[in-house]
Order: sequence, then structure tokens, then C-alpha cells
Amino acid sequence: MVRPVAILALQGAVEPHRVKLSELGEEGVPVRTAAELAACRGLILPGGESTTLLNLIEHYRLAEPLAEFAAAHPVWGVCAGAILMAERVENPEQLSFGWMPLTVRRNAYGRQNESFIDRVALKLPGQPPAQMEGVFIRAPRIVEANGGLTVLAEHGGSPVTVQYGHHLATTFHPELSSSQALHRHFLSLCDGAAERSGRRLA
Amino acid sequence: MEESLRLKIGLAEMLKGGVIMDVVTAEHAKIAEDAGAVAVMALERVPADIRREGGVARMSDPALIEEIMSVVTIPVMAKCRIGHFGEAQILQELGVDYIDESEVLTPADEEHHVDKHAFKTPFVCGATDLGEALRRIGEGAALIRTKGEAGTGDVIEAVRHIRRIRRQIKTLTLISEMELMAEAKKLQAPYELVRQVAKEGRLPVPNFAAGGVATPADAALLMQLGSEAEFVGSGIFKSEDPAKRAQAIVKAVTFYDNPAELLKVSKGLGTPMTGIARNELPQEQLLAGRGW
Repeated sequence: MVRPVAILALQGAVEPHRVKLSELGEEGVPVRTAAELAACRGLILPGGESTTLLNLIEHYRLAEPLAEFAAAHPVWGVCAGAILMAERVENPEQLSFGWMPLTVRRNAYGRQNESFIDRVALKLPGQPPAQMEGVFIRAPRIVEANGGLTVLAEHGGSPVTVQYGHHLATTFHPELSSSQALHRHFLSLCDGAAERSGRRLA
Repeated sequence: MEESLRLKIGLAEMLKGGVIMDVVTAEHAKIAEDAGAVAVMALERVPADIRREGGVARMSDPALIEEIMSVVTIPVMAKCRIGHFGEAQILQELGVDYIDESEVLTPADEEHHVDKHAFKTPFVCGATDLGEALRRIGEGAALIRTKGEAGTGDVIEAVRHIRRIRRQIKTLTLISEMELMAEAKKLQAPYELVRQVAKEGRLPVPNFAAGGVATPADAALLMQLGSEAEFVGSGIFKSEDPAKRAQAIVKAVTFYDNPAELLKVSKGLGTPMTGIARNELPQEQLLAGRGW
């Protein structure tokens, strides 16, 4: 049996990712413990409040199991999840995992009244340039991206999705739009990282 | 769905599985954020004090809300009176992240709620049943919270309201499509929204619970009954050890279906708010009946 993709379910927009994965024929499993995570082949850190997520990760001592998982498996941080994965966080400074050489600025576009929907330019490996809808909600901004990163999506000249090894960080909410492009790309990373060969591609 | 409504609902999606805490000072707000709140509701008085002190309860001083906005990074919500679009305009101008058109404040209009489509800032509204929820959604609310009975510390009304809404939604999914117009008439709800609920088996916007949550067990109960997040008002800062209780309620909402974890977080929290049993309150002091 193919191991499922985990969605960290401490707090936040878990269900829309599960639905997206299910549209692509994949099982997305909400996980809250290290034991649940260990049975999966990739992890989505969903949007929510990064301070709440950090608080719960600390109280339940999940930082270490998450780091161990990330060393061996693809992780995709979306919005608050991208903040957690960065090396450095601004506005204000706060703890983060540092799995990607990024500096991320929280609430960089403003408060909810400044939230917006706009087209973002996609450049996925092996695919012609395309566009998808970007839903930006109190979104963070990648203000510094260091070496080794590939920009997969841009908006207004700024990177809004980047890849580093088998990790992805996205500052908007692909789970709230109709496009499946980024979810499909993340699944391809999960499949590439799986030890097992001959896996069905979603 | 129009973009503006999608953005409003989008923020509510991000708050799911979290706790929104009533705070009256910047210091409270910081305690709430440190305890893991996903948002705070900035108020001059918590519902228990509004209830005790009486008089007209209005929108808070914008300077107080502004101060709270400046000390936390999580979303800040604030309340306007039912139907008081003047207060709502001021809150939008101030830039709060959500406006709660709330029965906890003294209503400004007996007939009309705020036309929430006219605002860029999203609104959350209270409801005691499905008809009321769909009327508010029809007016543009992007988030529904069951009303419960604020400021009592008694969870009975919150339970009644979430159970009732869930039952009414379930009923819509079971009856025949040709009965939906009569059902819309009975619910006094917009027909198109009734059809949508019947088809999808859920409200078109997220559904949180509020009103009377005082313990981690209360929070877990409402989550198990189908609530997607919790508003906690007087229950935290009217208790003996607010920081500890706030943290425990945050954990209880995350692990709402895990009794072993709920046992752990329920221990040694100090005295909860004293509260008032709902059945001891005279009818005219009930807040949930405000609005329609």
C-alpha cells in the first residue's frame, strides 16, 4: 500500500488540502502526533496562525520529529507553514525551523482589508509557463531567498512559491483556488522521494 | 462565488481548529497570543461585566482596539451593535480583521442587521438556528458563530444552538428537493441558500461556537458536536489563572476527540469563572434573543 500524505492538523485550513489531494486520487491524512506522521510519505504544513502552530509544536515537543521527517521526506509549507519553514522570520522575529534558506516577512501586504486575489505566474519544471489564481490572505512575503532555491511562482516580481531540494514554500493559498498545479507538483516530489519504485503518478 | 466573499471566508478557514479570545487590554491580548489564540476580540468589557453592569453596551473606543492591534500579530476582531453600520464603518476604517455584529452589545436596530455585502472587512454573526444563520449569510456574513448565552459560563445554550443547526442541516439533506421552498418559508431563509445547504450538507461559511465556554471540556464538547473553532469570552479572563486556562482550551480544541489529552489539560487549572446558570436568568436578560 502507498503511504499517504500527511497534513499537520494542529490548527488551520486542513480540510481544503485533503479535498485537493483527494481530487488527485491521493489520501491526505490529518496528523497531530509523531506516530501518525511516521506512517506518511510527505507533509503539508497548512495555513493557519504561525504563533498558534509554534505554541502547540513546542508544547507537544513536535519540533524534533518534524525535523527528522523533513530530513527524509518532502514538506510543503503554505502561508503560515512557509513561515515555519523559513530560516529567518521578520515582523516580528520569531522561531522557525530553518529548513529553507529564506527570510519571510509576516503580514507583509497588510491586514485582512489588504488581502487579495490575483494571477500568479507559474514556472514548473518540465512545463511551459502558466498562470494560476493566487489567494493571498494576510500573506507573508519572501523578502530574501538564498542560493539553491528554485522559484516556481512569482507575483509582482516577488517569489511566491519556491523549491529547495524536496521542500516547497508557498505564500498564498493554492488549496482555496481551483488550480491543482501545485498540489500535483508536490505529489510528484513525494513520489520522487519515495524509496519504492513503480508508483502510480497522480 | 465573488472574490471579496472568498477572501472573507478564506480568513475564517485559517482560524479553524483555533480559539478566539475576548480581551479588554493590550496585556490580555498578549497573554492570549502567547497562550496560542488564533485571534483576539477587542472589547471594553467582557460579556460577564456587561451583564453585571447593565446600561448601553457600544462599540469599544477605537484607541483601545488600535492599541491591541499594535501589540499582537494575530488577527484582531471587534464588535459593533446589531444594525449599527455606523460603528461598522469606523471599525473597517480602523482596519480590524473581522467585525462581529454582536448581540452582546445593545442592538441599534430592531428590524435590520448591517448590510455586510457593503463592507470589505469580513463579518461574523451569531445565530441560534439555521434560518437565522442563513439570513445573516444572505446579508453577507462570512462566518457564523452559534450564540450560546454570553457571559454566563453556562454551556447549555451553545449546545442547544449547535445541535439545532446541525439537526436542521441534516433534515434539509434528507427531504425531497420539491419540499425545499416550503422549508425555506418555514426557516425564513433565502431559498438559494437553503438549496445549497441541502445539496452540500453544511453551511456555505464556517461555523464556530460561542457563548458560555468556561472549561477545556466545554470547548471539546462543542467541537465534537460539529463546531469548527471556538470563541471564548468571559471564560478565560474571569477565571483564576487566565494564561493557564487559555492554553488548556487551545489544546482542548486541537485534541477535542482525544480524552486522554483532555484529561491532562483539564487538571489543576484553578477556579473557572463562577458563572450564572442560564435557567436562573430572567427572560429579559437573555442576550441570544437579540437579533432575529
